[in-house]
Amino acid sequence: MTRIQETFEHLKRKRQRALITYITAGDPDPDTTGALLRCLVDSGADMIELGIPFSDPMADGPTIQAASQRALQHPFSMDRVFELVRRMRTYCETPVILFGYYNPFLQYGLDRLCKDAQTAGADALLVVDLPPEEAGALHQAARCHQLDMIFLLAPTSTPARMKLVASMASGFIYYVSVTGVTGARDRLAEAMDKACTRIRRYTDLPIGIGFGVSRPEHVRAIAQYADAVIVGSALIKIIESRIGKTDMKNRVAQFVRSLKQATQINGTS
Amino acid sequence: MKKLPDALGHFGDYGGRFVSETLMPALLELERAYMHYRNDPAFRRELKLLLQEFVGRPTPLYFAKRMSQHYGLKIYLKREDLNHTGAHKINNTVGQILLALRMKKSRIIAETGAGQHGVATATVAARFGLQCDIFMGAEDVKRQAPNVFRMKLLGARVIPVSSGSCTLKDAMNEAMRDWITYVKTTFYIIGSVAGPHPYPMMVRDFQKIIGEETKRQILLREGRLPDFIVACVGGGSNAIGIFYPFLKTTSVQLIGVEAAGVGLRRGPHSASLCAGKPGVLHGAKSYLLQDAAGQVSVAHSIAPGLDYPGVGPEHSFLKDTGRVIYTAVTDDEALAAFNELCQYEGIIPALESAHALAYIKQNARTFKKGSIIVVNLSGRGDKDIHIVADKMGMNIT
Repeated sequence: MTRIQETFEHLKRKRQRALITYITAGDPDPDTTGALLRCLVDSGADMIELGIPFSDPMADGPTIQAASQRALQHPFSMDRVFELVRRMRTYCETPVILFGYYNPFLQYGLDRLCKDAQTAGADALLVVDLPPEEAGALHQAARCHQLDMIFLLAPTSTPARMKLVASMASGFIYYVSVTGVTGARDRLAEAMDKACTRIRRYTDLPIGIGFGVSRPEHVRAIAQYADAVIVGSALIKIIESRIGKTDMKNRVAQFVRSLKQATQINGTS
Repeated sequence: MKKLPDALGHFGDYGGRFVSETLMPALLELERAYMHYRNDPAFRRELKLLLQEFVGRPTPLYFAKRMSQHYGLKIYLKREDLNHTGAHKINNTVGQILLALRMKKSRIIAETGAGQHGVATATVAARFGLQCDIFMGAEDVKRQAPNVFRMKLLGARVIPVSSGSCTLKDAMNEAMRDWITYVKTTFYIIGSVAGPHPYPMMVRDFQKIIGEETKRQILLREGRLPDFIVACVGGGSNAIGIFYPFLKTTSVQLIGVEAAGVGLRRGPHSASLCAGKPGVLHGAKSYLLQDAAGQVSVAHSIAPGLDYPGVGPEHSFLKDTGRVIYTAVTDDEALAAFNELCQYEGIIPALESAHALAYIKQNARTFKKGSIIVVNLSGRGDKDIHIVADKMGMNIT
């Protein structure tokens, strides 16, 4: 069983949903990312999405764009990302998903990327701008190195696309809750429960919901019907607001704990 | 030769659809609509009429007599600068807006660098009464004030983009983000043969009228096809437009001229084909200016319309197959060619088109005497006089 499967199984027994937290590698600087990863794990994050910064983050809103730009002010390479994962593996088994845009992956070399990611201890890849039609080569390399490939579905996805994504995805399916870019939103999108039901017609994989999730009450609502909740921009906003201050980790820890508490399922499911 | 792109939008190794899942259904819908209407008689009739009466086609193929004498060549200029709005860009925007209308989209968005595509889009949006938002890098908004004002006069909203390098590539990122958000009601008019499939194919098809007319006109005039066709390449839509109908005729040497900016070695420049590596940006795989880690570089050219780190995927394919020769000229060489055309022919060319003209100047001695050369004069230079004046140390404001 993979670390991602084990995590879902383990949480099921505890009647909890998975909390997946996103931060950008190198934001605001490489050392702080290392410390923040430990803080996320210690505060209850069940899985980590580690963002690979990119100069042109086409699917991201202002918050994650800014995080990418801060990260790229320091020398960047994939090896630095792998180093972060390697360090995590000295203290935890929390699954790590490398989350990015295709070009940095492509330039590193797809097979080499998967090999080095696996060696470092990463569990899965999610490439925002790589739909199933273009994912063949990376999918094959990922399979060779026992990495899951997570694909997105969106409110615009037709049944045909759900089927296509389901045929290639492993780990879980990432449902993008809004028709739009990443970013914290005050109100949660509607009809996500129905979307989950539709997607489950095509797959037995767990479903994670992200984009626009920013508060414990959002997490509690989504926990009713999805297997995982993904929080990114809201977390980055806290990091951004505490740059240069001593309480960054405390604030992050507090926020993550409040989100994790909301993943407990009430009643029967 | 196989017809390209293939069903997934690939030109050999290049092209494709590298976008987030949210946009995939929209691209598939656009492809379906385009494949249907491209052969629809009513659509074609309406497009033809618009191109004649609104755009002003056919544009002349003009014999540049004094320049020809100077170089001992037969130089013809395809006068795309005489189109309505002053460049080839409008050939594409009229086509796409007719498609938007048939797809019942109520809002148009576009990216623009120098503002030429923005103006061409705002123009057709006004013509058909559709709401129009143009994304433009904050730096470009400052540099291109007259075009910003033109777009506003035409009823468009110009949205300055302050992310990244604040230029064309960032404007395109922001337009994509907007499209992801309002995809149900919005039609995105991409201005070059770049972006995800079907754009590179569709924009090529709307621009190939340049080459089709050229073929007819040169045969009438000279009784044979030209020896060389030269066009500038940024994203590459004017070049594909004039090259495409000649791709199978290998006796015609096709030459694409990129912007070497300050110089290919010293940089910065915009020569993705000459000095870049294949990569993925804005939805397609193509040659790209980037660092070793795959981060996209900031491009530079004196010609605002060439100032882009990527290039249309079909050009990447044509480079690898060797069918088209790609080369680059510097800012200074383009400026010299700009001045030369003003003085020899009484035509002020766009700085973009001046790159194609500079190729002739640069290679004058290598052509056989009497060779027939067609240069795509993709736009007029009125928009650039501030840049040129600035370079000459003159203040004209």
